[in-house]
Parts: sequence; structure tokens; C-alpha cells
Amino acid sequence: MKLIDLAKILRSKNAGPLFITFDIMFDDAEKMKKALSGLSKEKIAKAYNTDIENISIIVYEVVNSIKVTFPRKYISGSIYDDDVYGCQQHMPLANIEI
Amino acid sequence: MKIVSLCGLLGYGYSEESLNKAFSEKVDYVGVDAGSTDPGPYYLGSGKSFTDRGAVKRDLSLAMPKALEQKAPFIIGTAGGAGSKKHTDWLVDIVKEIAKEQNLSFKLGIIYSDVDKTYVMEKLKAGKIVPMSETFPLSEEAIEESETIVSQVGIAPILSLLEQKADIIVAGRACDTAIYAAPCIYEGYDPGLSFHMAKIMECGAMCAEPVAAADVMQGYMEKDYFELRPANPTRKCSAERAAAHTMYEQTNPYMIYEPDGAIDLKNSKFEQIDERTVRITGAVFNEAAEKTLKLEGVKKVGYRTICIGGIYDPLTIAHFDYIEKTVKDFVKNNTNIKSDDYMLSFRTYGGSESSLGVLIDAVGKTQEIADTICSLARSRILHCDYDGRKSSAGNMAFPFSPSDIHVGEVYEFSVFHLAKVDSLSETAVIKIEEVGK
Repeated sequence: MKLIDLAKILRSKNAGPLFITFDIMFDDAEKMKKALSGLSKEKIAKAYNTDIENISIIVYEVVNSIKVTFPRKYISGSIYDDDVYGCQQHMPLANIEI
Repeated sequence: MKIVSLCGLLGYGYSEESLNKAFSEKVDYVGVDAGSTDPGPYYLGSGKSFTDRGAVKRDLSLAMPKALEQKAPFIIGTAGGAGSKKHTDWLVDIVKEIAKEQNLSFKLGIIYSDVDKTYVMEKLKAGKIVPMSETFPLSEEAIEESETIVSQVGIAPILSLLEQKADIIVAGRACDTAIYAAPCIYEGYDPGLSFHMAKIMECGAMCAEPVAAADVMQGYMEKDYFELRPANPTRKCSAERAAAHTMYEQTNPYMIYEPDGAIDLKNSKFEQIDERTVRITGAVFNEAAEKTLKLEGVKKVGYRTICIGGIYDPLTIAHFDYIEKTVKDFVKNNTNIKSDDYMLSFRTYGGSESSLGVLIDAVGKTQEIADTICSLARSRILHCDYDGRKSSAGNMAFPFSPSDIHVGEVYEFSVFHLAKVDSLSETAVIKIEEVGK
């Protein structure tokens, strides 16, 4: 199963120009826990070709959500960047097998 | 106390009906966020706004008379989209134009938040610069190269203008939360709740259902809680949505970091009061031992020329990697422009067997260099030979004539760092003037 199949909302956005942040929201705590058990920093690092030490995963239980944040590969709007707002960076995360 | 957020971004629009609804009861303060770094570094560098002048004027011209009539101070943050002096003056000009047209008179407070390179250099040398990310340290060179640097001011300069009884406050680069937190704190409300309410309200009705950044949100601040209710009766605020919005565009949903301190949201409770209203409690403000201001700066890195085309021949698409390499080598070997003076990339979109969108992206030290590189790449792509080629008249369809487009100056963020400060007002220059009298 892919992460996107469990999630209700799965989105990416800049958290300032240096970071990209992902919100993954679930219908209930059970689905969230299931996703958490299958998700790892290793998988995320691999999907985004980024350093594992820079990845933060925070569980936001109030709304059954997981927040993933790491530094952008290219800073927003820099010469090689291709997504200034960072709102179309979610698919590698969405497709992670859990 | 009632505070009204016009919309998530000045110039993105809001319904006039919602505004009237919000003002059908007593309003104490009005706020609107007018900028963001989301659209990237260009706007801070160029001094232009990413919002449209006409749209900004419309949004202001409806709200200004209502706020003045009710004597509700009106606070506008991050003027002109990026909040430099140029942007702030641009917005002040619109405010004065409306005042003239509607014969309004008021006390106008202006906050400039630009900082010069010397200020940042001194901070760096004194070890008072803190990086936001280890991947982005600050160098003296980056400061030297910067074209414009602004500081994100917090509530301090706004409080000072409220004390001076400003009716309308136009702030340069400011924390989004400062717009709404400052009046609450000015009125003596709990800073934790004030910042939490501000964090949700700065996006307008973004926390409502149906969601809308472009609509009016109402906040009601009390001693131990605050409530949120959209002005538009067709929208409602749900506990879940308000909670979810707390984590939007934040790295940590349990903490909001502000120049004055951090707001701990671990014990926040979101309670549905009625169908359209949410009551929120529990935020705790912890004053920072060391106060910081965020600095944002940009440098110019060149000029951009682009060309957009489409390829519909599967054989050409299959050979695109080869074509890209061939064209890049050709450009390098057929111009006297040094390779350090330009950047050429092919951005591809789609990429099915039957169609591939290609964006030729040339950035040069000058516009002329970008033009030359783009033009060479475009003509070479068109006629690049490859194995088994049958469509030998041209490899790419250009939708337009002219095919090459000037995008103009290219900027990059050069500074995005925290500076430790002695006073949270040290970067702000405050001005107050009478308008229409």
C-alpha cells in the first residue's frame, strides 16, 4: 500500500524559502498509526535524495496528522529551482510503500 | 474584543457582503497581510509587488472607510508584497489616493523595516547571526552581493504606533502574526492566545469550510480564550480545520516562533461552540531570553531568456537526452561567451511517448548573453540530427512568434537568517503623519 492510499490530505508547501514541509492528514488515529509504522526517515531520504539527518517527522495527534520537513534541494526561486511555492513536491512521499 | 481579518492576502479579494456582515457589529481592529516570501526572491529584489495595484486598491478602498468610521485601527503588514521601503511607499501611495478620492482623514503610521549591509555585517562579525538551516550559512560575500535586505519586525513598532493613536498602520516587512497579535497585546490580552489567534487569522478564511483565503475572518478575544467565526454566513469554522491550520506552513505544529518568544501549543484545545464558531484555549507564551529578528535579503544573479516548445514525435522524444547533450556542447563550443557567464537548462514537462513540453531556460550575466544562449540553443534543438531521424525539417513546435521571451532580472535569496538584537525596535523606522487634514 502507498502512503497516499491511507491519507485524506497529503500536501507540500514551503516553510520559508529554505524548507519544504509536508502535511499528511488521516481520517482517524488508526490510519495515522498504520502510516507511521510504515514510514521512516530512510524511505523519505531515499525518495527525495536528501540527507537523513535533516529530516524531521512530527506527529500532530490533535488532527491525526504527520508533518515531515527538510531543507529544499534548491532554495525557492534559485536558478535551478522548478517549484517556487513548493506545492507540487508531494508525489515521491505519496508513492512511498508502507 | 473583535478583530477582523480582511483576507489571506491584500489584493486577493474578499466578498463585500462579508465585510458588511463583519462591520454590522462593533469592530475594534482590522488587519490584513499584504505580502509573503512564497512568490520568491524576485519581488524583494526588483521592488515590484506580486499583487496587482488595482486589486489592492479595491480591497483597501472598501475597508478603509469602514475601519475609520468605527474608529478601529487598521493594520497592514508586509506592504507591497515584500515589505522593502519601495514596497511600503507603493502601498502608502495607494492609501493616500483612496483618502483623496473618498475624502477621508486619519493619522497614518508607517513602519520601514529595511536594514543596510553594514548592520548585517556588524551582526555577522559580532557572532549575532543564527542560520535558519545548516544548509544556508551566511557569508560576508553574500551580504556584500545583496541588493535589498529587510527585517521581519514583530509587534514592537506596531505597539508604538497604536500608542501614538495611528488610525491606519502600513508596515514594511512584518511577521504575519504581528498584525493581529499586536492589537490584542496592546489591549492587555494574553500573549500566547494573541499569537495563536494571529497565526490562524493571518490567512483570512483559510481555516473555514468551504476554505477561502479570499474572505473575511472574525476573531473574538477574551481573557482565557478566543473564538473564530467566518463573516460569510455560508462558511463555518470547524475545530478540526482550525487545529489543522495551526500547522500550515510551519515546521513544528506545537511551537510558533516569534521575535518576542515562542508560543507553546501542546495544550491547545479546539472546541466547537456552535455550527460556525470554534473556541480555542491553552496556548502558552514563553518569552525568549535572547530576542531575534529574521533578516531577508536577495542578490541579483543575472537575466533570464526562455523559449517554450513542444515535441510530438516519439522518436525525437526518445532521443531527447542525446539532443540535450549535443545542444549544450554545441552552445559551449560555438560562442565566445565564457561558460561561467551563463547557465543553460532544459526543463521538460509531460514526457509521455507522444508529447514532451520543453522550456529552454537561459540565464546570463547580461540580458544580451541570455538572449544569445537561448537563441543558439533554440536553433540547435530545432535542427539537431539523431539516429534514424525522419522528421528532418524541425524537432520542436514553437507556439509563438517571437519564440524567445525576456523574463528579465533573476534574483536569489542571499540572506535568510536570524539576527540577535538588543531591541526588537532597532531595525524599525517609524513615521506618523496626518492624511487629508
